[in-house]
Amino acid sequence: MHSDSRLEDRPVASAQDGLPMPSRLALRGITKQYPGCLANDRVDLDIKPGEIHALLGENGAGKSTLMKIIYGLVKPDQGQLYWRGSPMQIADPGHARSLGIGMVFQHFSLFETLSVTENIALALGTPAREMKALSQKIAEVSQKYGMTLNPDRLVHTLSIGERQRVEIVRCLVQDIKLLILDEPTSVLTPQEVETLFITLRQLAKEGCSILFISHKLNEVQALCDGATVLRGGSVSGNCNPQQETPASMARMMVGDDTPIATEYVKVAGGEPFLIVSGLSKTTHDPFGTNLKNIQLQVRSGEIVGVAGVAGNGQEELLAALSGEEPVADGSRIRLSDTAIGRLPPDQRRRLGVAFVPEERLGRGAVPSMSLRENGLLTGFLQGLVKKGMVQSDKTEAFARQIIERFKVKTAGTHSPAKSLSGGNLQKFIIGREILQNPKLLIAAHPTWGVDIGAAVAIHEALIQLRDQGAAILVVSEDIDELFQISDRICAICHGELSPLKATADTTIEQVGRWMAGDFVEDAA
Amino acid sequence: MIKMEPRQESSPWMPYVSPLLAGGLTLITGAILFAALGQDPIFALKTVLITPISDAYGVGELFVKAGPILLCALGLSVAYRANVWNIGAEGQLLMGGLAGSALAVQFTESEGLWLLPAVLFFGIVAGMLWAALAALLKTRFNTNEILTTIMLNYIAFNLLQYCVHGPLKDPHGFNFPESAMFADAARLPLLMEDARVHLGIILALVSAVAVWVLLGKSFLGYQIQVLGRDSRAAKMAGFKEKRLVWLALVLSGGLAGLAGVGEVAGPIGQLVPQISPGYGYAAIIVAFLGRLHPVGVTLASILMALLFMGGEMVQIELNLPLALVGMFQGMLLFYLLACDVLILYRIRWVSKPAVQTA
Repeated sequence: MHSDSRLEDRPVASAQDGLPMPSRLALRGITKQYPGCLANDRVDLDIKPGEIHALLGENGAGKSTLMKIIYGLVKPDQGQLYWRGSPMQIADPGHARSLGIGMVFQHFSLFETLSVTENIALALGTPAREMKALSQKIAEVSQKYGMTLNPDRLVHTLSIGERQRVEIVRCLVQDIKLLILDEPTSVLTPQEVETLFITLRQLAKEGCSILFISHKLNEVQALCDGATVLRGGSVSGNCNPQQETPASMARMMVGDDTPIATEYVKVAGGEPFLIVSGLSKTTHDPFGTNLKNIQLQVRSGEIVGVAGVAGNGQEELLAALSGEEPVADGSRIRLSDTAIGRLPPDQRRRLGVAFVPEERLGRGAVPSMSLRENGLLTGFLQGLVKKGMVQSDKTEAFARQIIERFKVKTAGTHSPAKSLSGGNLQKFIIGREILQNPKLLIAAHPTWGVDIGAAVAIHEALIQLRDQGAAILVVSEDIDELFQISDRICAICHGELSPLKATADTTIEQVGRWMAGDFVEDAA
Repeated sequence: MIKMEPRQESSPWMPYVSPLLAGGLTLITGAILFAALGQDPIFALKTVLITPISDAYGVGELFVKAGPILLCALGLSVAYRANVWNIGAEGQLLMGGLAGSALAVQFTESEGLWLLPAVLFFGIVAGMLWAALAALLKTRFNTNEILTTIMLNYIAFNLLQYCVHGPLKDPHGFNFPESAMFADAARLPLLMEDARVHLGIILALVSAVAVWVLLGKSFLGYQIQVLGRDSRAAKMAGFKEKRLVWLALVLSGGLAGLAGVGEVAGPIGQLVPQISPGYGYAAIIVAFLGRLHPVGVTLASILMALLFMGGEMVQIELNLPLALVGMFQGMLLFYLLACDVLILYRIRWVSKPAVQTA
């Protein structure tokens, strides 16, 4: 089946003539309008019992809204939901749960200081006297589906992968008919992904339907029997992932006019420019990660990628490198021969360091300020300030230059940063840093939540900067991205850095093991 | 059914309409209030808003009162833009008046040209130091500046009472709690023959221009605003947060101190127990009413000065209590905050929710 036939199907399959009975969940003509944004436009969706169905689409395509509708968090403006063949209006998540619909969110909602059992009991409303039985059931369920989990452990001692298991088990201890997973693999190592898939296949075999929301096409291909692709709020195609290629599914996601990822040449780089030697740092954040003896060198003219599951010390490492959290022993971080560990961010910038933070709105850019003012935020060293006064013409020119060079889609330099889409704002921020001709660019999650077109543009800009001789450090959770753009790669786990290897000499499996902290045997 | 709905973008004109709307609603409520008190509402409003400035003396008096309010509100605008909630303009004002008086009473016979600048300087520095206490507590111990500045207000008030009843009391003043009259050389020169309006209003207007340059043109002002809107972005860019907090507090303290010394060296001419009818508190409302912008603040401070005069007028003409001024100030702020919701939200009249039922 392909996108065109789907459109022809619609009048036949719409509500008037009843439904193909076997569907566990069917959506017909679901429409949801937000102010200024049509989040879902006449969306149809069918999931059969025991089917693993993918919901594909870029950020902003309407996936989240649709699943919130299914889970009763959002009411559709129009359209009808059928649960096991009969029309149903899901009032709230409690109602959805009682029907047998479970959901695992991308961001977990667990209490750090409570145990696994207590967390699940809270979610289910279990009375205290049944806690023991619940604890037993959790152990049984986690055993049965190959998800090792100790019901008495406190959540803050669990890894991210284990926390996800808590969320899944929470759904499974009830009588579950449909499990919705929102981007479940984004927080897992490749090995953990494999384990999760085994669990999901087993669940499906027992008749549970699974709605798998993702934008990672190879995973969808490995796991799913059917897929619905959303683009701009409406269904752009249905397919069987087994019969498609990742490229053909990507086309359905982005349309015909957007370039899809290309291969980049790997290079060796020149002299080491950023030199981190034996950097250890104790965090002030009770839930933070201590950095342990970090050794890292980034050469001029190369891109080094740091892989890792979120919360393993990336934030702490980035803050130490950017100068937001200076380190006590300045010589632990050097630019060539200059010790910069104790310097604040602006002085590091003077030495040629540029920084793209993880949060683009509310750190990389001031949401309520115009692009013009946001250009000044880090561009103030580029002659935009004279004798303490802001040179308004130069500031305007700088912002305009960023917008033109990096094709930022916006109404103009007066638009507030918050009015831009994630991808466009990220292009602006990266452009602002690149136009300062940095000798070292540190980028955190540069394409997180960015549409494919913008991601390609950002990658190309980074490669171009690399080829001009800048040292680039990219920290990302997206391992595919790192393999695509980095010349050398390593991973961070529990605040420790794995060995650093040429990307060409390693494999996703090896980096995956590094992400799980297993890098003793690889240490040279 | 009335429904509040978030706007897609914040309204471009609502920030300017909102103060006008708030003013209008305050007038309407005020009229109802007067009617309930058995007064002719139109006449009462006229007594509040028009009678006080119906002659040249009244207009002069308007600027006498607008000056200190403007000075305080300008400083507060800078602080509030940095997300520093200085509520202590009143205390900083009192300390400015106290310190200026302490110098001026030493030289009651002097004719030196240096005296007035020195008195003003003392006042400004005292206001700065009083605010610096809050800055120190905030940057060193992470103390909430709202609490410390309010508490410092009471300390300043009582310190002033002590001094005016004690060390600074005029030895020849028949034991009245007043200082000696200042020498003319310590007084702010008058601008008009028959009114009390003095150089203070000029100083205030010059300060307004300076604050406008600071906020609108300088890199320092830009940093203050980045800090206020998004402290994490300020940190990322390497702006020095503590230094900016100090600057915001010390600057607003200095301006409030100038306002205070301007009162004792201006219309009053000596230190008395009551040198401010709450200008420092009124300035908080003025700062918000004027959208933290020097031009808006200037207009708002004139309106606030008029309310102070109108309050005195209703007391004299209509025999109503002075507390009415407070009522009007409160209503103005209340309506302003309520109307500001419309910057981010709009009101829609919905007939019925359009959700299908199964």
